[in-house]
Amino acid sequence: MEVRSWVLPLLLSLAACSKSGGGDAPAPGGAVTLLNVSYDPTRELYEDFNAAFAKHWAAKSGQKVTIKQSHGGSGKQARAVIDGLEADVVTLALAYDVDMLHDKGQLIPANWQTRLPDNSSPYTSTIVFVVRKGNPKGIKDWEDLVKEGVTVITPNPKTSGGARWNYLAAWGHALRKPGGSEATAQAFVENLFRNVPVLDSGARGSTTTFAERGLGDVLIAWENEAFLLTQEVGKDKFEIVVPSVSILAEPPVTVVDKNADKRGTRAVAEAYLQYLYSDEGQELAAKHHYRPRSQAVAAKHASKFPGVSLFTIADVFGGWKKAQAAHFDEGGVFDRIYVPKAR
Amino acid sequence: MHPSTLVLRRRTRTLSGPAVVRWALIGAALLFLAVFLLVPLVAVFTFAFQKGWAAYVAAISDPEALAAMRLTLTAAVIAVPLNLVFGLAAAWLIARFRFPGRSLLVTLIDLPFSVSPVIAGLIFVLLFGRQGWLGPWLAERNLQVIFAVPGIVLATVFVTFPFVAREVLPVMQAQGSDEEEAALTLGASGWRTFWRVTLPKVKWGVLYGVILCNARAMGEFGAVSVVSGHVRGITTTLPLHAEILYNEYDFVGAFAVASLLTLLALVTLVVKKYVEWRSVAS
Repeated sequence: MEVRSWVLPLLLSLAACSKSGGGDAPAPGGAVTLLNVSYDPTRELYEDFNAAFAKHWAAKSGQKVTIKQSHGGSGKQARAVIDGLEADVVTLALAYDVDMLHDKGQLIPANWQTRLPDNSSPYTSTIVFVVRKGNPKGIKDWEDLVKEGVTVITPNPKTSGGARWNYLAAWGHALRKPGGSEATAQAFVENLFRNVPVLDSGARGSTTTFAERGLGDVLIAWENEAFLLTQEVGKDKFEIVVPSVSILAEPPVTVVDKNADKRGTRAVAEAYLQYLYSDEGQELAAKHHYRPRSQAVAAKHASKFPGVSLFTIADVFGGWKKAQAAHFDEGGVFDRIYVPKAR
Repeated sequence: MHPSTLVLRRRTRTLSGPAVVRWALIGAALLFLAVFLLVPLVAVFTFAFQKGWAAYVAAISDPEALAAMRLTLTAAVIAVPLNLVFGLAAAWLIARFRFPGRSLLVTLIDLPFSVSPVIAGLIFVLLFGRQGWLGPWLAERNLQVIFAVPGIVLATVFVTFPFVAREVLPVMQAQGSDEEEAALTLGASGWRTFWRVTLPKVKWGVLYGVILCNARAMGEFGAVSVVSGHVRGITTTLPLHAEILYNEYDFVGAFAVASLLTLLALVTLVVKKYVEWRSVAS
């Protein structure tokens, strides 16, 4: 086939073109591009933050920086970086996905999470409920979710980082309440998922199912996603219900060493992440409904983020790797309790 | 009146049932078409213009939307000619020659139709990804195929592979090789025979294949989504951009971009009808 002989050279020359376009080494005072590979609900946050950082960096170093964004399900995004998506930094939903960059891709050192303050999570969030206006089913706390006749919307924990937080928050609640044990926690989560009519593959998909398709009485969601829904999408259509106890969600960030070193962007990539901890970065996080780490900034937004008794993954599950292995891996607890519903 | 027309008439009359049945069937078909084709079509444009003309123009002239248009056109401009050449060569080979592996080639041409586009995308990730077979080799040479433009082009070429060959092949087979043999015995060279005899006879089939190929190249979602990496303004095509906007609750933007793709589909339909009409006329 004559085509073969020129397909490969053509593609290679294309590859070369795209390389010279994207992989420019930064000259001082020149321009530099960063690729931030993130998860779904951070789009709006990083659009604002990128502009703020570009301004800060230009003032500080005189260098023009352009930050490109890529968003998707957290696990999928980590997979793409392992498969060769040249991220300079990743800002994902959970540490487990970032661990994979080390375990499966050898792109970052094992101690990546100790390189920045607060477990490398410059902002946090938690898991809350969104109900329809007026809270017709009277949802107040976790126990209301397993009642007969309540339908709950949450994404698939196999594919969605947000869904794993939801699941672990429910588990933690049942385990920590008086008389709670592994067995009661499993029964609680099993009952909860019995009320879930459909599992979307990502957090945004679930939000759309709840808000646009009008399915379900309760949406279990990130607090930031819940704010976005109630304040910007469906004003006066939804209400947030904050449960008495929930999980501290710490979305971590890191420089992808192998990519940043190859592209010569380490300095600006590190500055980019550090700037998330600055007052301006923290304010932007709060503006986009993430709980800031800085005490001073958090105090200013105290009315926005009500106090919840928060437990961490480390407290209850001994870290992400253990939680992942016990609950979400093939043959884990989730596989045993979840029976897809015939609709 | 010609006798055969009379026969035909009588036969149609016996085939058709009472008027009620006829109208019920026509009504059902029309209703089905309206619900599944017309309503979505209207919905796309209604949503796109929900906030007026200015919002529509803003959505499609956004830099990221323009970048997505450029990438979609780039992919189509590379994929369509490539598959045109391949499709013609393959159809000619299969229609005119008997050789070992011929039926294998026929099967291979159809492969992109039978493989799910997502799987097609994953194949390229497994081949060209950092962990893939050719990954280390490419990385050493600082070449990026997937999560960059070449990967998107590659995926587009793959999913649009069969269109031209599949359209041209039956036309070539129906025509037989008598005229080509005549040309060759009269002393025409192979190329000349191809340009003056073979191509003119299949030109409508070729055009038809190119139109379908182009429509699919611009509309492909699954395979391209897998190899894209979703870097905004760089590796997002129009269909991917529409999905991104939808996920950002920017429904007007999403449907504005979708309306461009819908317009493309409508233009394709009109051109396709025209080509069909011309090919019957000639």
